[in-house]
Amino acid sequence: MIAVGTTLEEKVFFVDRALLKAYADASGDQNPIHQNEEFALSVGLPNVIAHGMLTMALVGKYVSDWAGGAAAIKEFSARFIKPVIVPANQKVDITVTGKIAQVSGDQITIELSATSAGVTVLAMSEAVVIK
Amino acid sequence: MLNPDSVGRTFEGAELVTVSQSEIDAFCAVLSESNTTVAPPTFSIRITLEQSHQILSNPEIGLDWSRVVHGDQRFQIKRPIIAGDSFKCSSTIESYKVSDGNEFVVVRSDLHSNNQLAVSTWSTLVVRG
Repeated sequence: MIAVGTTLEEKVFFVDRALLKAYADASGDQNPIHQNEEFALSVGLPNVIAHGMLTMALVGKYVSDWAGGAAAIKEFSARFIKPVIVPANQKVDITVTGKIAQVSGDQITIELSATSAGVTVLAMSEAVVIK
Repeated sequence: MLNPDSVGRTFEGAELVTVSQSEIDAFCAVLSESNTTVAPPTFSIRITLEQSHQILSNPEIGLDWSRVVHGDQRFQIKRPIIAGDSFKCSSTIESYKVSDGNEFVVVRSDLHSNNQLAVSTWSTLVVRG
């Protein structure tokens, strides 16, 4: 039995420019703000930023690992609050936490959040899994 | 500005998009996901991003993609995507509002395989004013 309010173990993912390129190719999102520093600065960003959907995909991996596979996930939502800033030649953290919000039969709702460099980047995030 | 007549309308994609194992493998590799038998939960963005962009680039709709920022995202997954699936995408402009000079457009994209709904996605697109 999984109790409402239970906190899931925190997990830290690391993101660098090479991963942004790999995600751009895997997702088809080749927006230059995620790859080209000069371009990112020219549109007023502090540096290259990660795809919000990459952060969400990593949070999805966190949920998949807890639920015993991606096939268990029925609903998944997130709001992109702040950009994940990825300077050249650095690995930045995406730290994911979760809490059991609701249990209804075999259906479990998890509240999720992610931070990078201590700043909340993804919030209002929930996944519904069958376990 | 978005054409108000677009709100509530559904636009059908023309193409059938088939998912390959190598596409699922590449997405899993980014996440260090070793189980590649089903696609990760957010994989469908690979299809819906490009399809909704094509579908909603019709100038009559009036959506300025060059100024779009992704505000939020939701997935409802009826069944996981696997290699060999072929999808038809349709995109619906569910809601629209203007706040502080920015436009907020909620687009729902549905992926159907053999006339059965597999995945619905909702994206809030913020068009910066």
